[in-house]
Amino acid sequence: MVIELGHFALTLAFAIALVQAVVPLIGAHKGWSGWMAMAEPAATAQFLLTAFSFGALTYAFVTSDFSVSLVVSNSHTLKPMLYKVTGVWGNHEGSMLLWVLIVTLFGAMAAWFGGGLPPGLRARVLAVQSAIAAAFFAFVLFTSNPFTRMQAIPFDGRDLNPLLQDPGLAFHPPFLYLGYVGLSICFSFAVAALIEGRVDAAWGRWVRPWTLAAWVCLTIGIALGSWWAYYELGWGGFWFWDPVENASFMPWLISAALLHSAIVVEKREALKSWTILLAIVAFGFSLIGAFITRSGIITSVHAFASDPERGMFLLLILGVFMGGALTLYAARASAMEAKGVFGTVSRESALVFNNILLAVAAFVVFVGTIWPLFAEMILDRKLSVGAPFFNMAFTPFMVALAILLPIGAILPWKRGRLGRALRPLLPALALALALGALAWAMQTGRSALGPVGMALGTWLVTGAGVDLWLRAGRAGFGDRLRRIARLPRADWGKSVAHSGLGITMIGVAGVMAWEVEDIRVAQIGDRFEIGSYGITFENVEEVQGPNYISTMATMGVWRGETRIATLTPEKRVYPVARMPTTEAALDLGVFRDIYLVIGDPQEGGGWAVRSHIKPFANWIWGGSIIMGLGGLLSLSDRRVRVAAGARKDSGAAPLPAE
Amino acid sequence: MVNRLLLVLSLALALASPARALDPSEILADPALEERARALSQGLRCLVCRNENIDDSNAELAKDLRQLVRERLVAGDTDAQVLDYVVGRYGEFVLLKPPASGANLLLYFAGPGMLGLGLIVAVFYIRSRRSRETGPAERLSAEEQARLKEIMGD
Repeated sequence: MVIELGHFALTLAFAIALVQAVVPLIGAHKGWSGWMAMAEPAATAQFLLTAFSFGALTYAFVTSDFSVSLVVSNSHTLKPMLYKVTGVWGNHEGSMLLWVLIVTLFGAMAAWFGGGLPPGLRARVLAVQSAIAAAFFAFVLFTSNPFTRMQAIPFDGRDLNPLLQDPGLAFHPPFLYLGYVGLSICFSFAVAALIEGRVDAAWGRWVRPWTLAAWVCLTIGIALGSWWAYYELGWGGFWFWDPVENASFMPWLISAALLHSAIVVEKREALKSWTILLAIVAFGFSLIGAFITRSGIITSVHAFASDPERGMFLLLILGVFMGGALTLYAARASAMEAKGVFGTVSRESALVFNNILLAVAAFVVFVGTIWPLFAEMILDRKLSVGAPFFNMAFTPFMVALAILLPIGAILPWKRGRLGRALRPLLPALALALALGALAWAMQTGRSALGPVGMALGTWLVTGAGVDLWLRAGRAGFGDRLRRIARLPRADWGKSVAHSGLGITMIGVAGVMAWEVEDIRVAQIGDRFEIGSYGITFENVEEVQGPNYISTMATMGVWRGETRIATLTPEKRVYPVARMPTTEAALDLGVFRDIYLVIGDPQEGGGWAVRSHIKPFANWIWGGSIIMGLGGLLSLSDRRVRVAAGARKDSGAAPLPAE
Repeated sequence: MVNRLLLVLSLALALASPARALDPSEILADPALEERARALSQGLRCLVCRNENIDDSNAELAKDLRQLVRERLVAGDTDAQVLDYVVGRYGEFVLLKPPASGANLLLYFAGPGMLGLGLIVAVFYIRSRRSRETGPAERLSAEEQARLKEIMGD
């Protein structure tokens, strides 16, 4: 019964979405306020109905209702509760339902917090958002119905893919979807502005918090996925340039560009039409990502749905929305007159270069991702584009970005002088070069990657510090510190996010350049050395888990004669899903991870054992979290929140009781 | 803090132990050859896997390819000869970095080309912004002057 109600709620939400996509648009065009006003309750109703539908599916998973075919193929009674719940989105149909739930959530939030928007713009934004929702409702209902029942009800389910039974991956999709779909609201704002034919500073102020929120979610989602790959896939890679990873990375790069160009629109009323284009393209890349993942057209680890019908439907959605928006853009973009003027050396110019580097980097990733497809279809050649190509083609853009970032961040608006801007950065530059040189001196015969990464990372982090220092203005040391503490959160957010980028760069360069690896056959009782650590191979035993059987090794990590950790790498077999997984064991550290993997038993006795020392590995995700935190800080700035159209604060903050 | 960092760095870097292949039994006795084999393996695709190189893959075919690469190296082939041999047998699909020739040049020049284009457009844009610096937009209209006066409390 609940299942049928869930299905019905979804159908009803689809109907409301269709109405909401049309009526407010007409209302805004004719100036009928009643027609415009229907958008808000409709957006709320859509969200509530979809949430109910999602709840119904979750209920089926939690109670292991094996009359629902989706539950049969993705769940099992013995599965821990956490993974019963996350199993809801650990499959194609359920994840699309989550996707559409988030589309309606953003629509509803735009309705709830959009009080400050002009009524015409708000009606148009909600209508466009509803059109997106309608397209995805249709996709779910017609091609990927999660509520299909079984004809014969089986006794138990077929279990969730064991690779997905992991906390890191359990929450990776919701964050990514929040990011992907968050960009839909920016798209709606862009299209609404094009229909209105007006973009001003206020528009930039309204778009920025949504972009920021989407970007933060993407950052966290990508970091979770990369962290999961690092410890779960068993060889400690953190980024594979897999098409599906690229699909999430391209919107991240574009939304980072959009974030910065919206600042120029807001503060200086320039770069308007470019910002509109970015907002359209950012969501376009989200749709391309959905298409790449769902159609299985570029097969990869993540493509859990390879179905041409779904692929065609998604291609249609992509074509209609991108084609429509870009046509509208071509017709209307010239109406966006820029107002602000600025000199060649200025914050505005620096942000233009930021945008070029980020956009071209995204373009390189895009071309590399679709090139095999292009080559096969047009050139009739089967070829691969993998990590070696991307590392070579993508890295220079990030290096250039990192070099320019601290300078651009402190250039004044309108007009600046390069020499004057550079002077306060000299200590940061000296420190960066010194650390880079130190790393260079200590390594022999290796690539420049490590030292360059160290130097750039240091440059970014100290540059972010200098930025804050300069923001405080001229004063004594103590006064400056006090002023820094009182700087607006947006300023803090900027510096925190920029230093997060630097920390991630150090992590990436460190682990790629200085990883140490050891592969050997070890007998029980052996001790071997890797780097400055000793590893003892102590025991191997069979352990029964809740829904798997594990071969668990016990290994000691030693530094000289001191035991610093006991690690238990495992090989698991999930009997229901008939799938083995490798569970690496990690001793996490600030400056290095020790990463142990147990392999197969060998013919002559003993086990294959792989050990790695991964310098600075945690900095990759630490930096990502700091970037996300910077975004959140910026988002919590009162000025930004007010700009989001948030209702006025309910009275002033309560005074501290002193 | 910095001391510890230096210590760890120096420890990590001081390690001269050669990198080794996935399965201990596959490793070549000559560390120099083995290192070349590892480097080559990382650029070759495991044909039956999804976007994995043969160095990381557990598939049987990847193991065969790893052994093939090592056999050729032991037989005295240069890196280029090994790649030619593997491509001859399995096609260019096996290369994770496609050869920079023919139509693939488009792929290789897409980034630099787009960057060049972007920079040219940016330079024109920034110049156009600058040339209007003294335009009327910067000055206040009479109405704005009046409003300013009002705000300033005159």
